[in-house]
Amino acid sequence: MEIFLQQIVNGLVVGSVYALVALGYTMVYGILGLINFAHGDLVMVGALTALQTMMFLMGVAPGMSPVAMLTLSLLVAIPVCMLLAFTMERLAYRPLRNAPRLAPLITAIGVSFLLQTLAMIVWGRNYHTFPQLISTTPVQPIEGVFITPIQITIIIVSALMMAGLILLVTKTKLGRAMRATAENHRVAALMGVDTNMIIALTFVIGAALAAVAGVMFASNYGIAHYGMGFMPGLKAFTAAVLGGIGNLGGAMLGGVVLGLVESFGAGYIEQATFGFLNSSYQDIFAFIILGLVLIFKPTGLLGERVSDRA
Amino acid sequence: MHTNPTSPLLQLGGMQVAYGGIKAVKGIDLELYRGELVSLIGANGAGKTTTLNAIAGSLKIAGGEILYEGEKIHVLPAHKRLRRGIALVPEGRGIFTRLTVEENLRMGAYTRNDTDAIEQDLERVYSMLPRVKERLAQIAGTLSGGEQQMVAIGRALLSRPKLLLLDEPSMGLAPLVVEKIFEVVQSVAKEGVTILLVEQNANLALEFSQRAYVMESGKITLTGSGAELLTNPKVRAAYLGEAA
Ligand SMILES: Nc1ncnc2c1ncn2[C@@H]1O[C@H](COP(=O)(O)OP(=O)(O)OP(=O)(O)O)[C@@H](O)[C@H]1O
Ligand SMILES: [Mg+2]
Repeated sequence: MEIFLQQIVNGLVVGSVYALVALGYTMVYGILGLINFAHGDLVMVGALTALQTMMFLMGVAPGMSPVAMLTLSLLVAIPVCMLLAFTMERLAYRPLRNAPRLAPLITAIGVSFLLQTLAMIVWGRNYHTFPQLISTTPVQPIEGVFITPIQITIIIVSALMMAGLILLVTKTKLGRAMRATAENHRVAALMGVDTNMIIALTFVIGAALAAVAGVMFASNYGIAHYGMGFMPGLKAFTAAVLGGIGNLGGAMLGGVVLGLVESFGAGYIEQATFGFLNSSYQDIFAFIILGLVLIFKPTGLLGERVSDRA
Repeated sequence: MHTNPTSPLLQLGGMQVAYGGIKAVKGIDLELYRGELVSLIGANGAGKTTTLNAIAGSLKIAGGEILYEGEKIHVLPAHKRLRRGIALVPEGRGIFTRLTVEENLRMGAYTRNDTDAIEQDLERVYSMLPRVKERLAQIAGTLSGGEQQMVAIGRALLSRPKLLLLDEPSMGLAPLVVEKIFEVVQSVAKEGVTILLVEQNANLALEFSQRAYVMESGKITLTGSGAELLTNPKVRAAYLGEAA
C-alpha cells in the first residue's frame, strides 16, 4: 500500500510538470494548428536563466534567503522565456502563417536546435548543479510514503498556475477573445480583436508556464543542462496528444496520467520483464502511450474531434 | 469629427480585389450616405461577398481606394476598421460555434469598455430577438440557422456600428424567419445606422432599400432607387425570375 501511494506521489510530481509544459503545446496548437517543437527548450532556457540569476545573487548578496533567491530567479527566468517566445513567434512563425503546414513544423524543429545550440554556447556542454533552494529532505505525511518540500511546492504551484490559466481562458474577456481567435481568426478580427496580438500572447503565456516548469524540474533533480528540455518537452507533447491536443483540460489530464503511468511503470517494469528492463527504461512508456493514442484514439482522452489541420 | 455630413460615409473608388492573379472585383465605384439602406444584388459569383469583405478588411484590395468618413481606410487591418464603426455580418454567419450565445454577443462588444451601456445594448438585442434571450447559455454551434443569423446580427450591433454590412442574411432560412430578420434590419436602419445589404432575394432587398447597385462579374452594371430597379425589365428578367 505504501509503495502504491508513493508511486502516486511520484507520478503527481512529474505529471504536474508535464501538464504545465503540455499546456503551452496545446494552446499554440489550438490557435495556430502548429506543433511548436521548440516549446520544450523553453523549459531549459527557464532553468538555466534561473541558475544564472542564482549564481549572480549568491555573488552579490550571499546572505539572501533561499525563498527570496528562488523568487527573484523566477522573476528573471519568466520574462526571459516570454520574450524569447514572443521573438520566436514574430520572426520564425508569423511569416509562415499562410505557408503549407510542413513549413512551420520544420521551422519549429529548427528553432529547437537553434535554442539548444545557443544555450550550449552560453552555458557550455556540461551538467550544472542546480541549487536546491527548497528542502529536499523528505517528510512522511503517511508512514512509509515520502515526499520532499520541493515536490509539495511543485504540485501546489502547478495546480495554482493551471487554475489561474483556466480562469483566464474561461472567465475573462481576453480568454474569450483567445477562444474566439482559436476558432476563427478572420471573424475574431471582425469583432475588433487584434488576432496577431492574441497569438503572440498565447505563445508568451505558454512560455511563462514552461519557465516555471523548468525551474521546478531542475530544482527537483538538482541538475541543469542545455539539452534538458528535450525529454520533458517530448513527454509534455505526448501528454498534450494523450489529453486531446488543443484542449486545455486535456493537457492537464494527459500530463498527470502520463506522470502516473511512468511512475507505476518504473515501479513494476523490473518485475514485469523478469529483470530484463529496469526503472531507467521508464521513458519508453511515454512513447508506447503516444503510439497507442495515435493508433486507437487520435482525438485523445478529451478531444472532440481531430482537427482537419492535423 | 469634422467631416461634412453631406459627403458619403463610404465611398469606393475604382476598387479592385483579386484572388491570386484573378480579379473578382474589377474596379467598382459605390457611394453610401449616412442613414441610407442600400442593397447590392447580383448573380452567384458576381463579387458581392468579395466587395463586403474588402470593405470590412478581411481582404486586401488590389487597386483603387476605400474612403470612409473621408479617410482612406483600406490600409487599416480589419480589427481597426471595426473600431472606426464598420461591422460585417459575414456570409454563412461566422458564429463562434464553441462559444455560448452570450459569449458570441459579448464578442461583438469586445472593443468597448462602457460596461453599463453594453448591458443596456444586450437588453436591447434581447428585446429585438427574444429567441436569443432564451438560449444565452447554449453553445452557439447547436443553434438553428435562423437563430445563428440573429446572434450574428445582434453581435454586430453590439459594436454600435455606424456602417453595417450584411451578407445574405436570409440565406437558407424559412420565409417567416426571413421576415423577422428584415424587420430587425429595418428597425436598425430607422435608428440611423447606415446599411449595405447583399441579397440573393432581390425582390425583398429592393423593396426595403432606398437605392441599389447591381453587380455582374465583378462590375457594377446598374444603379438606381429600389423602386426603379424593381420595375426595370432587365433586373426583373435577371434577378426576379421573370421572362424578359
Ligand atoms: N477564396 C477565394 N479564392 C479564389 N477565388 C474566390 C475566392 N472567393 C471567391 N472567389 C471567386 O471570386 C468571385 C466572386 O465571389 P463572391 O463570393 O464575391 O461572389 P458573390 O457575389 O458573393 O456570390 P454568391 O451570391 O454566390 O455568394 C467568384 O468567381 C469566386 O469563385
Ligand atoms: Mg456571396
